[in-house]
This record gives sequence, structure tokens and C-alpha cells, in this order.
Amino acid sequence: MGEIKLMKGNEVLAEAAIRCGCDGYFGYPITPQSEVMETLMAREPWKETGMVVLQAESEVASINMVYGAAATGKKIMTSSSSPGISLMAEGISYLAGAELPCLLVNVQRGGPGLGTIQPSQADYFQAVKGGGHGDYKLIVLAPSSVQEMNDFVDLGFELAFKYRNPAMILADGAIGQMMEKVELADYKPRWTKEEVVEKNGGWATTGKPSSRKKNVITSLEMASNDMEVRNINLQAKYRKMEEEDVRYEAIQCDDAEFILVAFGTAARVCQKAVEVARAKGLKVGLLRPITLFPFPKTIIKELARKAVGFLSVEMSAGQMVEDIKLAVYDAGSNARVNYFGRMGGIIPTPTEVVEALEDKFSWELSYGVKRSY
Amino acid sequence: MTEEMIIAGFGGQGVLSMGKILAYSGIMEDKEVTWFPSYGPEMRGGTANVTVIVSDTRISSPVLQEYDTAIILNQQSMDKFEKAVKPGGVLLYDPNGIVNPPTRTDINIFKVEATKASVEMGNPKVFNMIVFGSYLKVRPILSLDNVEKGLAKSLPERYHKLIPLNLDAMQKGREIVEEVNVV
Repeated sequence: MGEIKLMKGNEVLAEAAIRCGCDGYFGYPITPQSEVMETLMAREPWKETGMVVLQAESEVASINMVYGAAATGKKIMTSSSSPGISLMAEGISYLAGAELPCLLVNVQRGGPGLGTIQPSQADYFQAVKGGGHGDYKLIVLAPSSVQEMNDFVDLGFELAFKYRNPAMILADGAIGQMMEKVELADYKPRWTKEEVVEKNGGWATTGKPSSRKKNVITSLEMASNDMEVRNINLQAKYRKMEEEDVRYEAIQCDDAEFILVAFGTAARVCQKAVEVARAKGLKVGLLRPITLFPFPKTIIKELARKAVGFLSVEMSAGQMVEDIKLAVYDAGSNARVNYFGRMGGIIPTPTEVVEALEDKFSWELSYGVKRSY
Repeated sequence: MTEEMIIAGFGGQGVLSMGKILAYSGIMEDKEVTWFPSYGPEMRGGTANVTVIVSDTRISSPVLQEYDTAIILNQQSMDKFEKAVKPGGVLLYDPNGIVNPPTRTDINIFKVEATKASVEMGNPKVFNMIVFGSYLKVRPILSLDNVEKGLAKSLPERYHKLIPLNLDAMQKGREIVEEVNVV
């Protein structure tokens, strides 16, 4: 068993980065994730593993440092919170276009604009639908505990390199600020120069030997035909992610008539809401998407065959609910899909969730059948 | 066993660190723990509170509407959290600065004159440990052995010489806690 500690989600991100052999972190402070760089600076990993930690002059600078460093085939990351991620959007699109693996972390706060420093999930669309320009996707992981903040750093890098694609940990201020028991991973050494060449030499700028042509990192193709081929390849990659790397957790869904769907902090609240609802005799389950892209469509389609209704519980005005509706529609199911959430940095309480469920499905609850249209 | 509690008071009273010591003590006893602080505008306004959950099983929501135990250390927190204690739950408070003491009759109410006792001990900084000691007397959810280990874990090593003082303060808390209402 690894070392057990009591740590904040943000601190764990830093610790996990050092332990998984991350080569470089470039960032700019912003609440509620400033502890990531604070912890890195206090830990001084450059003395221990040789990892570079640098405070850039802005988020725009830090994401472009990530671009440059990731081009060398090394494990590179940055972290920020909502407004900072907006500033990085151009760079993220370039990273996706140039197919550079890297790890991005968004510890979300309430928006829009400067918003609030309290937790929110209103960057769902930005994370899973784009944010920057062009047809690209990030691999998006949604941790709902401090332990997952730890685990997803290594997993994020693994997936990023598997697909040569940026991966994002989409957390929120609550998970970042919360302390929980965490089992830390054992140290993995950073890749040696030879290992980087062996793993990524086919595409990365690892230093050109005379035996091969130069590797070029770019997202630019002047000829439309070439650019379309690039796009087709990107889309094929995203479909492969949908086939191979969907992750979710289903809690008490087997006999459930109503399915709460929630990720991150909202999923924690819903776990309790399931207990409260079950105590009232309601057959309620929780589906927790762990990968937001690729989205767990298949399980939602399966559940939609027997569930009466879905309630998407989000700390936003209702974003993921659209993806649930698409999946339910695809399944040809007449299960009803509703949304409940709070905005502006407020976390819903378990009781509120159960009340919303009873309110929005009052018809189904009184008749106990699917509503037919 | 699941203990869902809130500790609420002024910033500087050691609310967050008391929660942290409790959480670390829980880990020493092989429990699951969650420590969720108020941060942001509330914190910057002077009040501080932290939700601590200690459980034998996986912990669900860090955000709660009602608590098994509330430790209340100022009037604002009393106004906010007295009503949030579950019926049959525990409210522990320091009467210092409390103008309107708790009035509920369906919960167990205890008071500890920790501010006064910490001044008598000549060290106001141990205030939170006096409160913590009285809490463990009222709600013996963790063994004192593990609390001592938790204390060592949560204090940086340079402060380990202060552990005996903290244990004395906890002992003081155990001695001076008073019953106000027991259901």
C-alpha cells in the first residue's frame, strides 16, 4: 500500500505530478487552484526528480510553454481555473491540432466573467465541446474525490500519450479545497532521454539523427485537402476514444426507476441523495460519468430502456443534460430527462436534489409509469 | 459509524486546524475522512467553518444540511447552525461572546468555557484543543491514542515539542465540559 496522507485536492495534484514522473509544470496562480503551484514550489521537485516548475507571466504564456515543451515528447502539465482556462483556449486548440499530449487541469469556479471563487461546473461545455476553435476534443476526466485527483494525474498522462491528445482534469473548487484521505502512488522515474525517443521519437522533436527525416510539430496545413485529412484522422481518434476509454461508475442503478446523473462534487451530493431517496422508498440510482469526453452514452442508452426518468444534477444552468438527452433519444426511449442544479458557486444539498426529483417527476411518481407522448 | 459535523467560529480560533487534527485522527483509526472548509468571501469576512465527516464507509456528500454534531464558537455561527443539528444530535459551544444561548430541547447541548480556561492556562492558542478535548469526551468516536498520533501527523515536526501542552489542553476540556440539555 502506498503512503496514506490527509491532503487537499490541489496539493495532491502537485504531489501526483511529481510522483508520476512529470517533466514540467507551467502555470499562473488563480483561486481556487493556487495550491497546485504553491505545493510544487514548496516541494522543489527540480532538486528531487529534475522536474521543471515555472510561474509564467500569464495563462497565455503558460499554455504556449506547455505547447513548446510537449512538442519534445515529455510529460508536461498546467493547471488553472475557469477564467484562466478561457485565456488558454487558443493554445489548447493548437495543442489538439498539433496532436500534442499534455495534461491540463481546470479547478472550476463560478462564472461567467470573473464570476466567483466558489466551486462550479459551468465549464462543462468548454471542456467537452471545444472552448477553443475548430473540431477538436479533449479527453476529459472528472474526479469526485481527492483520491481521484491523485489517480487521474497518472491516468491523464497515460491517455494523453496513448492518443497524442491533450487530456483535461475537470475538477471544481470544492474538490480542490477539500482534504481527504489519499493513498499516494509510488514514485515513477521520469523518462530518460532514450525512453522519450523510444516512446515518442516517431513524432516528437527529440533531436534529429541523420537516420530519419525531421519531425515537424504544427497544426497548420495550407492545402484544404491535407487539412481535411488531418481532421478525418482526428475524428477517427476521437471515435477510438469513445470505443476504448469510456469510464463511469454506476451506483444502485440495477433496479432504479430514476437515475441521477452527476459528476465531480455534484456526484458526491447525489450519492447522499440516493441514500435519502431510497430511505423514502424511491428507487433511485446514480450514474457518475468519469470521462466526460468520451461520454458514457452506451450505459445511458442501456439504462434508458428501463428507467422512467433521468435527472441531470449539475452546478451549472444545465449543460451535461444535453448529452444525456442525445443518448436517451438515440436509444429510442421515452424516459424523460430533466435537469436540476445551482449556479454561481452554490453546491446543491442532497435534500434539494431529492425534492427536485420528486417535483420534476411528480407525474411519473404518482402513476408509476413512463410518460408516453 | 458516520459522524457528520460542523465546526464554526471566527478565523484565528483554530477551527480549521481542529478539524484537520480530527480528520488525521480518523485516518489513524483507519476511517474514511473528509474535511471541507468554507473558503472565499465567507472566510475573508472573518467567520470560518469546516465540515468534517468521519466514517467507516465511503463518504458521500461533503455538503450537508444537517449535522450529527455542531461545535459553535461565535454568535453568528450559533444563529446559523443551531437549527442544523439533527434531532438527538450534539451541540457543543463556548459561551464566551454568546448573547443568545441555544434553546432547542430536542438535542444534546454541552458548553465548555474554553476561552476562559485557555487564559487561565496562560496560552490562548490552546483554546481549540480545549474545545476538541471536550468534544471527544461528549462524542468518544476516536481513541485518545489515535488522536495523539493524529496530532503528531498534522503538526509540522518543529512543533512536536508542543504536543504535551496540547494533550494537557484536551484533558482540561474533558474536565470542564458541562451538560446543558440532555435528551
